[in-house]
Amino acid sequence: MIQLRNITKAFDGREVLKGISMTFEPGKTNLIIGQSGSGKTVLLKCMLGLHQPDSGFMLFNNNAYQEMSDSQRRTLRQEMGMVFQGSALFDSMTVLENVMFPMQMLTKKSDAEMCKAAQEVIDRVNLVDAQNKLPAELSGGMQKRVAIARAVVMKPKYLFCDEPNSGLDPKTAIVIDNLIREITQENNITTVINSHDMNSVMEIGDSILFLKDGVKAWEGKKELIFKTDNQAINDFVYSSRLMKKVKEVYQ
Amino acid sequence: MKLLHHIGAYFLMLRLVFIKPTKGKVMRKLIFKDIQVLIIGSLGIVGFLSFFVGGVVSIQTALNIESPLIPKNLVGFATRQSVILEFAPTFMSIILAGKVGSFITSSIGTMRVTEQIDALEVMGINSVNYLVFPKIIAMLLLPLVINISMFLGILGGYAATLYGGFSSSADFIEGIQMDFKPFHVVYAFLKTLLFAMILATIPSYQGYYMKGGALEVGKAATVAFVWTSVVIIVLNYCLPDDSTTQHNESIRWA
Repeated sequence: MIQLRNITKAFDGREVLKGISMTFEPGKTNLIIGQSGSGKTVLLKCMLGLHQPDSGFMLFNNNAYQEMSDSQRRTLRQEMGMVFQGSALFDSMTVLENVMFPMQMLTKKSDAEMCKAAQEVIDRVNLVDAQNKLPAELSGGMQKRVAIARAVVMKPKYLFCDEPNSGLDPKTAIVIDNLIREITQENNITTVINSHDMNSVMEIGDSILFLKDGVKAWEGKKELIFKTDNQAINDFVYSSRLMKKVKEVYQ
Repeated sequence: MKLLHHIGAYFLMLRLVFIKPTKGKVMRKLIFKDIQVLIIGSLGIVGFLSFFVGGVVSIQTALNIESPLIPKNLVGFATRQSVILEFAPTFMSIILAGKVGSFITSSIGTMRVTEQIDALEVMGINSVNYLVFPKIIAMLLLPLVINISMFLGILGGYAATLYGGFSSSADFIEGIQMDFKPFHVVYAFLKTLLFAMILATIPSYQGYYMKGGALEVGKAATVAFVWTSVVIIVLNYCLPDDSTTQHNESIRWA
């Protein structure tokens, strides 16, 4: 479980996050949604330790990140998996090598053990035939699946995904969303996903945090989105004709 | 102020290179890979340029000897001194700032742009050590490249002198043996080691801390080349060598 308490962050005097508090529960796909520039990625990077919050607390299974020693933070980082927006696969490595990489760097397993563990995860994301290919030879959806495999190969407690289905066609996006959800439930991972895709919200949004200009504007379950009278989230959700139609049908 | 900020950040990066090292087995692979790309991959261009520049140095020396009182073995002597003391260590390092430096900046910069460095950090890996340390170790083999450059430069000078008919083979060989001080070669290698460190670290700094997209990767590679060249030239000027010491001695006695 991840608990955020009053997180603030500013860059060059400009406040990007203004007192965000939220709880992300394990075994659920927690979505952070909002327009571009609303602070989603900064909040995710704060949780990952890539940015230091200016104030506030982040608790990982009730342990405050700010009070951890460097070695405790390193251990915590090894319990995290991350799927980057652009996949961030290592260009010069094959799919198998990419998935084995975290184990090579952080464990003392033998090559055979690492290979076996990597192949199991590659099999889980249905990429067995592509395991000897380079990332450049894969489609966007396949790259995302490799990124997911690499993120979960160390069996993390926390999984972070930054717009995991951006740039993908709707069908592939649903495959990726469902894959993340299944892996989250199978391993009881606390998963936090950044997205501005309403399809993802409707498919896998167990818990939703809506950010607007760095402020928490709304939080709740996906079912409540259609019932809320919060103007900010209504403006965001019903910005497309499709969603307006969905609302009409729903009502 | 901006320059001071960069100098400070550069030295902080150097500190990070040597703490929390990557696993030995992984690091060994990275070092061999970088030796292949940075050192062995540079031998072709270094050999080609050294041979022909050595030739040009000897031709220009020979063409400018007008007085019959100047012995013909001066061509070999001047070629050797120019190649060993300046051309091979300094100018080859500047040429490599273009080839090796821009490769280092663009490869690390692309990793920054495509979030691969963030991916390393999220895994709890010291990305500076992982990326920069193997390049420093690989570049420590630069004296071997410079050794080949010295040999080919003098060989190029010999070939140009002989086939251009500027002096005889015996004169040239006598010239390259004349007043030879082994310390000059040692000095050139020591200088090269310092330049190797600069060649590995300044481009790495430019790539690692770059911000932006593909266009900025290109800009960072250019900035890296400019700064690496400037630092090499300034250091080369500041480093005392044997000839400088002799010159100062002669001034004192005069």
